Amino acid sequence: MEFKDYYEVMGVKRDATQDEIKRAYRKLARKYHPDVSKQKDAEERFKEVGEAYEVLKDPEKRTAYDQLGANWKAGQDFNAPPDWDAGFEFSGGGYTGGFGDGADAGAYSDFFESLFGQGFQTAGPGGYQTQGGYHARGSDHHAKVLIDLEDAMNGATRSFGLRVPQVDAQGHVTTKERVLKVNIPKGVKQGQHIRLAGQGNPGMGEGKAGDLYLEIEFNPHSIYRVDGRDVYLDLPIAPWEAALGASIKVPTPAGAVDMKIKPGAASGNKLRLKGRGIPGKPAGDLYVVLTISLPEASTDKAKSLYKDMQQALDFNPRAGLGV
Amino acid sequence: MMTQRTDILTGIILEEEIHLSLRELCDACAVHAEFITELVNEGVIEPSGFDKSHWCFSGVSLHRIRAAKHLQRDLGVNLAGVALALDLLDEMQRLHTQLQKLSGPEHE
Repeated sequence: MEFKDYYEVMGVKRDATQDEIKRAYRKLARKYHPDVSKQKDAEERFKEVGEAYEVLKDPEKRTAYDQLGANWKAGQDFNAPPDWDAGFEFSGGGYTGGFGDGADAGAYSDFFESLFGQGFQTAGPGGYQTQGGYHARGSDHHAKVLIDLEDAMNGATRSFGLRVPQVDAQGHVTTKERVLKVNIPKGVKQGQHIRLAGQGNPGMGEGKAGDLYLEIEFNPHSIYRVDGRDVYLDLPIAPWEAALGASIKVPTPAGAVDMKIKPGAASGNKLRLKGRGIPGKPAGDLYVVLTISLPEASTDKAKSLYKDMQQALDFNPRAGLGV
Repeated sequence: MMTQRTDILTGIILEEEIHLSLRELCDACAVHAEFITELVNEGVIEPSGFDKSHWCFSGVSLHRIRAAKHLQRDLGVNLAGVALALDLLDEMQRLHTQLQKLSGPEHE
């Protein structure tokens, strides 16, 4: 397994004081908190920082970690020397908190497990929530999944691979890939959650299994943008279509439609196609934002047409600027 | 423990189809009723129904309570701080969406 340099992770020197470590942790935890950060690898970084802090905040663990020596480099192949922790007593067991939920136990790396894993008693699925006896509802799982706009438009069945932490009989945590086939309900919006009852962690005793929550995120679309159920489309039109009006074909997520443009249309004009957004109650609208696209003056004919316009029209686009 | 499933699962949309009582919300978020009451008092979540025994929460509350729990646990912020953070996160999300709407799909 790979050696982890917890000082490097926290961005502190090896002789940092406990206060400095705490400050560094607070700062990094705010930066990478999965509920706060938009960064893609935020959750991973957050867990890494949490693990480093778990060791460095505890003088016992820190001293034990330090005596592995300063010569190890992050990523180097590592095996815990036998009896490496002789003379240390970890009073708090392996885990002294930080990550609460049993489901989050997978947060710790193999490296951490090999050093501090002993004595770790898993709280079990939802163990903190025991409601008498040994019965407890399994904890809920949360995962983010990416779908396409078209899936929300029409409804679809999609497969997702989820990494699920599992605790074996010895208390070791591994992650396992679990493939789920899920019906995407027609009309689902970005940021909404789909609850799959009973698909979370199994319960203990007669406790029910927890639920699985899938947070829906849309893949960026090549031509549409989405806001709630409304869909936005930038539509290029020719100058003469804008000036004279026209009936043109417009793509919509549900197929092309004909749309009328009134004479005198300008760039930035927003036309609404009611109910052509993501379906629902109420259905979203499709907003078509006009942008006037100029033909290139790449041929003699095109150049002469532009010259004709220049001579025939008394046009100063900067009149409003006083020049 | 968990086997690979190939059957197709159908869920419900949390934000639209789910309404929860105080008890159900406690179970779903694995928190005490006191914590939820405090969040209501801070204005983090807004139940309908005039007294506690008739409180009814929308599915959005579930997500907010979970975030509140994590922020409090991981960052050591108090409830007023949690309330502020959640409001600012909402505002950030709104601006982010607005920005995407204005600047086109090529700008992530």
